[in-house]
Amino acid sequence: MQFIADGILNASLIALGALGLSMTYNVLRFANFAQGEVLAIGAYFALGAVTVIGAGVGVMGPIKFGWPLLVSIPIAIVCTSIVVLMVDYLVFRPLRNSNASRITLIMAAFGLSLMGRNLIHLFAGGDPKYFSFYIPKAIEIMPGVKMVPDDLAIIALSAIAVVSLHLFLKRTNMGRMMRAVSENPTLARINGIDLKMIIRMTWIIGTALAVTAGTLQGHIFQAKAEMGFDMLLPMFAALILGGVGNLYGTVLGALVIGLAESFAVYFDLSAYRAAVSFMIMLAVLLVRPQGLLGERE
Amino acid sequence: MEFLGILSFLIFFLIQASFFSLTSIGLNIQWGFTGLFNVGIAGFFAVGAYTSGIMTGPRYAETWFGGFGLPVPLGFLAALIVTAIVATLIGYITLRLREDFLAISTFGIAVSIQLVANNLDELTRGPEGLYSLPKPLSELSESPLVDNALYLLICVAVIGLVYWAFERILRSPWGRVLRAIREDEHAAMAMGKNVFLFRLQAFVLGSATMGLAGALYANFIGFISPTDFLPIFTIQIFVMVIVGGSGNNLGAIVGSVVMWAVWSASDSLIAAVVSPDFQTQAAAARIVLIGLILVLMLLYRPQGLLPEKHVVSAAGRMKLKGED
Amino acid sequence: MTPINQHKVNNPNNKILEVHNLVAGYIPNLNILHGCSIHVCVGEIVTILGPNGAGKSTLIKAIAGLLNVVEGHIELQGKNITGMETHRLVREGLGYVPQTENVFAKLSVAENLELGAIHHRDTMAETREKLYDLFPDLARFRNLHAGKLSGGQRQMVAVGRALMASPSLLMLDEPSAGLSPKLTQVVFQQLLKIRDSGVTILMVEQNAKAGLQISDRGYVLAEGVDRVTGDAQSLLHNPEVGELYMGGHGKSTMENVVTATTEVSEPSNGGDSA
Ligand SMILES: Nc1ncnc2c1ncn2[C@@H]1O[C@H](COP(=O)(O)OP(=O)(O)OP(=O)(O)O)[C@@H](O)[C@H]1O
Ligand SMILES: [Mg+2]
Repeated sequence: MQFIADGILNASLIALGALGLSMTYNVLRFANFAQGEVLAIGAYFALGAVTVIGAGVGVMGPIKFGWPLLVSIPIAIVCTSIVVLMVDYLVFRPLRNSNASRITLIMAAFGLSLMGRNLIHLFAGGDPKYFSFYIPKAIEIMPGVKMVPDDLAIIALSAIAVVSLHLFLKRTNMGRMMRAVSENPTLARINGIDLKMIIRMTWIIGTALAVTAGTLQGHIFQAKAEMGFDMLLPMFAALILGGVGNLYGTVLGALVIGLAESFAVYFDLSAYRAAVSFMIMLAVLLVRPQGLLGERE
Repeated sequence: MEFLGILSFLIFFLIQASFFSLTSIGLNIQWGFTGLFNVGIAGFFAVGAYTSGIMTGPRYAETWFGGFGLPVPLGFLAALIVTAIVATLIGYITLRLREDFLAISTFGIAVSIQLVANNLDELTRGPEGLYSLPKPLSELSESPLVDNALYLLICVAVIGLVYWAFERILRSPWGRVLRAIREDEHAAMAMGKNVFLFRLQAFVLGSATMGLAGALYANFIGFISPTDFLPIFTIQIFVMVIVGGSGNNLGAIVGSVVMWAVWSASDSLIAAVVSPDFQTQAAAARIVLIGLILVLMLLYRPQGLLPEKHVVSAAGRMKLKGED
Repeated sequence: MTPINQHKVNNPNNKILEVHNLVAGYIPNLNILHGCSIHVCVGEIVTILGPNGAGKSTLIKAIAGLLNVVEGHIELQGKNITGMETHRLVREGLGYVPQTENVFAKLSVAENLELGAIHHRDTMAETREKLYDLFPDLARFRNLHAGKLSGGQRQMVAVGRALMASPSLLMLDEPSAGLSPKLTQVVFQQLLKIRDSGVTILMVEQNAKAGLQISDRGYVLAEGVDRVTGDAQSLLHNPEVGELYMGGHGKSTMENVVTATTEVSEPSNGGDSA
């Protein structure tokens, strides 16, 4: 039972990141290999914000992260979005305009990912950083299942983020425009949709999700330059497993991957966590290439 | 003495450049000629290196699976075969799907191989790595200079052979189909070509070449460990192929030698100029720089310095005007 | 069918669209249009004819801002719209229904219509009611995914979507593509109604006879140039038009050719699925 609880916590972080990945994948139409670094840079911005505000200032009941962490998330989202939009302007926009192939975009993202990781090394050093030095005190939520209150709060926060994203995409005009662009950009333009604006929005939403995931992950574990890169494979696996372009699929995929990873830890295979998600992804691709909930093209 | 120093440095440099060259040729057949995107170059290189290491290395631990002490050529052969098998598995599953699934899967295989290299002690001996791997022909002479010169000859012979073979098959009808697929998949399909099979062949061929390069590397250096096969290696190969011009095997070799020279020079420069306190930062800055070179090349010289000889047909590039 | 061309609005000073000497193409240095000029007056239905690959769709796309204009200029309601970004043209009153992929298949019919009105949110409900009156089927299907509809129904959604922006000029690329002759007549009758509700129409049509029957004027395009123009009736009987269609052989008029071309021409080709 305990590993299910751990798996859900893990899954909620993977889901946030994978949903961010799926935004760029669907609207911008390429696999953003630099998404991990968006996550990591966001965590470092949040760390900076928490440090400035003062960690541990506003402890809220049993939850240790308090309001400074919650405040640091939007701050980090804004800062990271600025970076991401600048990179889009300097790198991806010119590539789009020259009708570069999807492969070129992926390759550029891969290069940017390497740059991002090493820029963190350069500016923040190679050692892991901690948001706070609290000792988590687990409470028993069910017989035999213990969880840290912070972790429960994180699962709740992720669930809120997923539901908001769903409502945004289904119910708002902007969400509908995004779905339109992801299906047929030319027809979307003909309808009067400003593609540049939608692309910016997509980056911002994808960044917001990644930064939230990164900050929460940094809080429960630690922040380090590779934190996002290490998440990249589980995120891709969740995305593909669930069926690209299907929101629920991505969440389901994240759940499967999260549980599988904590299963691996349970069986003392923690070293192979990332490989486990990859194997599951390959197995699913073999029998159901469109993913669990995806539609056949 | 001075002259011998330079000569031995030059030989050492060229041997290393030849590992990169061979890997670049492997990537070129995948990416340059067929349009397949492999993000796991370091992984395939590692598979080749470890396979040869396991086959040819001495048995220094009872718990270790490897250490068969086989002759080096057999190690190379095994490296080719094992990499080909891994590539076939990956390719078979993902090459029918969207092109970026291949990228993600090759990335996944590289990450997984890295994990195996680090953790599966029984096979890879973990972070400790494999050492004392035999170097072919080294028993012929006492002098390391001669040793290396002989090894360089082996490398040049292998590259020459691979280059010659690839040039031949790429000019054959098979190679023309590959290019047709890259330019227009649907047209190639309409011509009745089994696009999937052609892609799979190109992918396996390229990956096996990378594996062979890994084996050459392992048996030259004599010592391999997981840190030899990081994503930076993949980026370096990209840059080399792009600098040389994708779709051009000679370009891949030239790009490899040039970029390896730049890399080695910057190594010495950092060692000489940067104070020891800042060496790690300098190393990080250099990696940032190589990423930057890749991005800048993609932006400003996507066709590379030595572009492909055959003009890319306009049909492959036609699209509606971009969004701004 | 009775001839439609009674109402005389063909006042050359009242041009809603004027395309002058347009040179454009998909890739640099490979132009498809080589100096094409057409105009449309307020209240007209104008049909563009021409053999496959003549550049008809290309002309429409260029007007819609989807291609780089190399030379020439385009005026919509007296305003120069040359090089204007596609998404701005909706607000200038231009509606466009492409030849293929003209609905969002994964979205519901209602959502498709709403997307048509993103710049007209205030009048959306009202326009939608009018639209449902015109195409009662749309109301019935509003919760279905557009991809699940038949070709004709989809065409209706596409036209409806464009009308949701209350365009002054509606451009249709082969509205009858893939439709049965009977359904074609239905769609064309609806186009007449749309015109009568105050929307000027410029369309591309393979089915020359049916198209000209509801049109006021027409143009025949060949090799990227407007070769013949005139009012609809005269085009039907113009032997030059027949020659353009048949590639310069024979001395047939449009009426004879039409039967020939409609038999051989495929419904909707994939020429512009970019
Ligand atoms: N997306 C594109 N990219 C490049 N060239 C194109 C593209 N679409 C069309 N063309 C070329 O432009 C020329 C004119 O095509 P266009 O689609 O305008 O013809 P059309 O008159 O609409 O023909 P049809 O009656 O078959 O629809 C053709 O030679 C075609 O090959
Ligand atoms: Mg057309």
